[in-house]
Amino acid sequence: MISLDAPVLIEIRDLCACVDDQPILNGVNLTIRAGEIHALMGRNGSGKSTLSKVLAGHPAYKVTEGSVLYRGEDLLPLEPDERSRIGLFLGFQYPVEIPGVSNLEFLRVSTNARRLEQGLEELDTFAFEDFVRERLGLVQMDPAFLDRSVNEGFSGGEKKRNEILQMALLEPLVAILDETDSGLDIDALRIVSGGVNQLANVDNATLLITHYQRLLDLIKPDYVHVMAAGRIVRSGDKALALELEQRGYEWVDRELDALEMT
Amino acid sequence: MVESPIKNSSALDDWCERLLHSLEAPSGPMAACQAQSRNQLETLSAPHRRQEAWRFCDLAPIAELEPRQIRSLGEPSAPSVSDQVTRLVLGTGQDPFAGVTLPKGLSPLSDAELKHSLGQTFNLATSKGQWPVALNQAIASQVIGLRVRGTVDNPLELVCDAGADRGVFAVRVLLLLEEKAKLELLQVQLSSGANLTSVLVEAHLQSEAKLRHGLLAFGHPQAALLAHLDVEQEPSSDVSLVSVCQGWGVIRHEPQLIQLNGGAKSQLRALQLVQANQLADTHSCVRFNGPEGTLDQLHKAVAAGHGRSVFNGVVQVPREAQRTDAAQLSRSLLLSDRARIDTKPELEIVADDVKCAHGATVSRLQPEALFYLQSRGISPDQAAQLLLRAFCDEVICMLPSTAGAWRPLARLLDGV
Repeated sequence: MISLDAPVLIEIRDLCACVDDQPILNGVNLTIRAGEIHALMGRNGSGKSTLSKVLAGHPAYKVTEGSVLYRGEDLLPLEPDERSRIGLFLGFQYPVEIPGVSNLEFLRVSTNARRLEQGLEELDTFAFEDFVRERLGLVQMDPAFLDRSVNEGFSGGEKKRNEILQMALLEPLVAILDETDSGLDIDALRIVSGGVNQLANVDNATLLITHYQRLLDLIKPDYVHVMAAGRIVRSGDKALALELEQRGYEWVDRELDALEMT
Repeated sequence: MVESPIKNSSALDDWCERLLHSLEAPSGPMAACQAQSRNQLETLSAPHRRQEAWRFCDLAPIAELEPRQIRSLGEPSAPSVSDQVTRLVLGTGQDPFAGVTLPKGLSPLSDAELKHSLGQTFNLATSKGQWPVALNQAIASQVIGLRVRGTVDNPLELVCDAGADRGVFAVRVLLLLEEKAKLELLQVQLSSGANLTSVLVEAHLQSEAKLRHGLLAFGHPQAALLAHLDVEQEPSSDVSLVSVCQGWGVIRHEPQLIQLNGGAKSQLRALQLVQANQLADTHSCVRFNGPEGTLDQLHKAVAAGHGRSVFNGVVQVPREAQRTDAAQLSRSLLLSDRARIDTKPELEIVADDVKCAHGATVSRLQPEALFYLQSRGISPDQAAQLLLRAFCDEVICMLPSTAGAWRPLARLLDGV
């Protein structure tokens, strides 16, 4: 839902970043306001996942230029855990398996870290179990998954549902979902996008990174951006995603070439 | 003119000699064994690093300890015990069986039985000349000797706390499990000062007997632990040895298993954690003297600070041990640039129709797992703790059920 009066949650200006001295982001500009859903598309290697990792504070990525303001404050000096606690969420493309750490305990520690930051009371084991069971319904997840190790032995779809479950528990202000639709069958895709839709409201925002139009049929974006060579080369509405689906990315190359000329 | 000594004397040899001189004359049911081992120690060199088996294990700190035997220990600092558990407290100068009703199936061995059975397990009887074993036998004046018949419903706990006393204390245990006997035993060794605890456990399992033995050893930076476990199994018996050690200046842990005629099941689980300048060395040996035996071994180590962890795992599969199925895995976690880990599987396989797997990994906490946890609001310290606990819990959860009262995980990670 677009409202130009809505507060700006995240403002990315001329962001450049590299990994192992290899520049990946070359001047990204993006503003996301409360209540908005943005889709970020683009070829493999165009820098979408890098942008998500940089925003989440992955230590392997170095910001070389530009700025990111989160609700008006500089985001970049913050550690990944601090970013999460103030309401930034990254749904991983490849959620990490952590043998031996119980999913339930992980979710509880994580939820309480966020709640403390919000000035809310920590949930004890019993209160948390009630809370998590209620949220499980959102992603139609079997409670048995709570007793297993974090993501260990989960199928691709189960891992993605576990990501959305975490999002439902943490109630972030800005959720970046990196290819949450990859590896999902049609039913799982419907469940996952249903969860995302239910969590979206006028106070928060979502940045969906995806390759496919089919996700955008289920989660309607307000804006669609196309990334190439480490920057956003074009922005539009849903029609842009449809255009991409029909025409592919070749025209993006021409646009890039034109950009290089100038 | 000074005569050259017969043996090449080290500080530890001198220490041992002074210890032997300080001992009271052999007496009681153990007298013969004590006398024999003391004679043996007179000529046996103390371990030194030129010997392959002691290459990484420097026992020099033991020579700094007071060379005297601790006759009796104070009451241990132990959690209260439930009715379901039988606890024997060792070393307090009292008869450990006094005032204790042993559960059905357990009975103390008589002096005659002790004399007959002590030191008779295959390895002990054949491998004379092991210094830690001889040291224990020279000192130990009391043995916890138990016969196990049928299923013992209540788990048994042996607790020994060397406390802050200065000197050497020896614990000796002998278990005879009859056919189809079942026992769960947790042995707790504690220390909080400059002393050496020497532990020698012998166990014999007849066919279809089952033993779950847990060793929980929490020490002190100035304390040393020499623990030698010698288990022999008849076919169809089932042994699980689980050990969790932390906090000692020096530990040498020597679990030795032999399947007398193969066909038995052996499980070894160990976790050792070193920090500061601590050293923990596990030298295990499993031998199959017959066909169709199985082994499932997992050795885990965590090394922080300047700590050093050593693992050497021998598995012997001679020609007669066809269709043996053995797996050994060593997994170590290196938490500091200054810590050191040495790990070595040593498989001696002669039989040709066997499955013997082994593997060793040394790693740090996985950066991707740390980032994932951090990205969910969990602080780096808390994330590292979660991963460390997960690493350790794989062994801790295998301890006998009574171990929980001792809060092994919390004690283990204390100060890490």
